[in-house]
Amino acid sequence: MKVEINGAAHDLADEATVADALAAIEAPGKGIAVAVDGQVVRRADWASTRLAANAAVEVLTAVQGG
Amino acid sequence: MDVVQDETLVVGGRKIGSRLITGTGGAANLEVLERALVASGTTLTTVAMRRIDARTGTGVLDLLRRLGIEVLPNTAGCRTAAEAVLTARLAREALETDLVKLEVVADERTLLPDPIELLDAAEQLVDDGFTVLPYTNDDPVLARKLEQVGCAAVMPLGSPIGTGLGIRNPHNIEMIVAEAGVPVVLDAGIGTASEAAQAMELGCDAVLLATAVTRAADPERMAHAMRLAVEAGYAARHAGRIPRRYWAQASSPEID
Repeated sequence: MKVEINGAAHDLADEATVADALAAIEAPGKGIAVAVDGQVVRRADWASTRLAANAAVEVLTAVQGG
Repeated sequence: MDVVQDETLVVGGRKIGSRLITGTGGAANLEVLERALVASGTTLTTVAMRRIDARTGTGVLDLLRRLGIEVLPNTAGCRTAAEAVLTARLAREALETDLVKLEVVADERTLLPDPIELLDAAEQLVDDGFTVLPYTNDDPVLARKLEQVGCAAVMPLGSPIGTGLGIRNPHNIEMIVAEAGVPVVLDAGIGTASEAAQAMELGCDAVLLATAVTRAADPERMAHAMRLAVEAGYAARHAGRIPRRYWAQASSPEID
């Protein structure tokens, strides 16, 4: 199925989870946070939260700023 | 000799070791940033939340961790309360801190806080357990309302972000200080050391600055200057300055 990760289209397995989406972009294990369709998904729930087709996944970290 | 930092700054029950809070934005690279942060003596430094980029990774976080500097995530770029609340929640998840520098700006040209969205976001985040440090206008009424909804500090601007125009309305800053029951942090507009000292002399509890250091010709040297200025301003404030007089007053004995 198609999902959008940080604005880019990705093709993931139909039963893909948030953890699978993170693996697809090779995200580091620490210092990141995830929102799916505008809702925060807690780290503890990454492996168990299934993505819907066309889900918008945002993966954020801290950058220089402020 | 450390006679000036005699009273530790406490924000939301958390001790802040330095009254100079810095930002990380604008530094040419992490090496320049590191030297500036060390020279500033800061113990609390802002970062922004953005989409992860394979190229930059988590470099700034790794740097702050190595230097033992606490991270203060901001909500820079947010224009509505809803965006700011989501960004703060993501920051808490990513960085494992309940501290947030709340920024909700009205437009890109002025980067001035949107007071209505700001107050709304502050209230929601306080209710959600955050320690909220709002970047606010130099408006004593708004500062009071932010304190009333439970913000741990108020952070009025001296002038718009990145302008280096200094403190355009010192009287408003003094009024905010006079009324506040939480720490007041002068945030934004500082251009050079005398303005950081002025903020402290006006009674601010701390200064937050980024651009003045990171975009200075010599960031490390300016960071050091800011550290001295904040210490000097704080010491002068608490030393009790002389009253202003109209006419001269001789400082040498009269000739008999």
